[in-house]
Amino acid sequence: MVKSDFGYNSKVEGEVIVTRADAVVNWVRSNSVWPMPMGLACCAIELMAAGGSRFDISRFGMEVMRFSPRQADCMIVAGTVTYKMAEVVRRIYDQMAEPKWVVAMGACASTGGMYRSYATLQGVDNIVPVDIYISGCPPRPEALLDGMMLLQEKIRNEGGSLRRTFRGRTVETKIVS
Amino acid sequence: MDAAALTSRFPATQDLAGKDMPTYRVAGSDLLAVVSALRDEQGFDLLADLCGLELQGRPVRFGVVIHLLSTTHKEYVRLHVDAANDRVPSVSSLHPGANWHEREAFDMFGIVFEGHPDPRRILMWDAYPYHPLRKDFPLAGIEVPFPAADVAEVTGQKVEPAPMMGGPFVSHGGKLSEGEPSALDQSWTEEKPKA
Ligand code: SF4
Repeated sequence: MVKSDFGYNSKVEGEVIVTRADAVVNWVRSNSVWPMPMGLACCAIELMAAGGSRFDISRFGMEVMRFSPRQADCMIVAGTVTYKMAEVVRRIYDQMAEPKWVVAMGACASTGGMYRSYATLQGVDNIVPVDIYISGCPPRPEALLDGMMLLQEKIRNEGGSLRRTFRGRTVETKIVS
Repeated sequence: MDAAALTSRFPATQDLAGKDMPTYRVAGSDLLAVVSALRDEQGFDLLADLCGLELQGRPVRFGVVIHLLSTTHKEYVRLHVDAANDRVPSVSSLHPGANWHEREAFDMFGIVFEGHPDPRRILMWDAYPYHPLRKDFPLAGIEVPFPAADVAEVTGQKVEPAPMMGGPFVSHGGKLSEGEPSALDQSWTEEKPKA
């Protein structure tokens, strides 16, 4: 968290914390990222492991895996995206409500991985804007958690609006505060 | 199994002297009769596998191989069928389990199964124009439009040939070992004489 976002002075009566609405909104968002588990191949197994007690993704407020795009904030693309499935991935992304983020988990989702073939989309960033790429085949749950912490960092530093560019278009979501 | 009953009744059937199990080449016109005779008279009641194959250097380009299992006698039989004009009769009416196998053989090789109840592609999307397991189809693929037009419009994405030799994310380091196929060296896809 950016230090100057929150001002707390113990001398001020009534335990008042001075801050900006953006910072609070971002802080709240970053601690309740509900993932949409887009488990498409073997990486999904590690995604499941990250939800178990050993790795405990709920420490970050992310244990609420939502299989409905309407209730999810962050699509974790875990696995090989074939051209046939790419259409579905994009549609589900479109159905998610803003603000939304995408994590490409593993080599396949990031670049097509070892599948240099006629059937495989060479990286999910061809069809949806990706915020975090996680390397590995598959990444260990620790790597996923590290990626998600980076995403939290990114969310906390988003300035008042969400502005992302995707293939030359700027997608912007204003925070109403 | 009773091989004599099979070959005397279907004279076009040729014994291929399979090393691991009885193997026969069956004429396409006999296929349904052979499979139903094996099922009803010799107990081959389970279709274990059905796959397409491309036969290079033979007058008939495509073929189908069927493995049948007898759950009572615990034995297999293998049937080869040549796909004359890329067509083979469908055995789905005798063994419903053949349905998806035949759809896959159609999808990957373009073998048409006559009388199939649902002759759609199963792996690639319906509008895909090629049959990717054919020998003349490049591993990297051929550019075609994206399966969904509305998604293609938003993303500008096409179905593109995948990067091979020296493309993005493909290592330039050469082979790690002799036996290992790599994207750099495509010679392993060439046909080699059998050892
Ligand atoms: S990156 Fe590796 S583990 Fe993950 S989906 Fe691809 S092949 Fe499977």
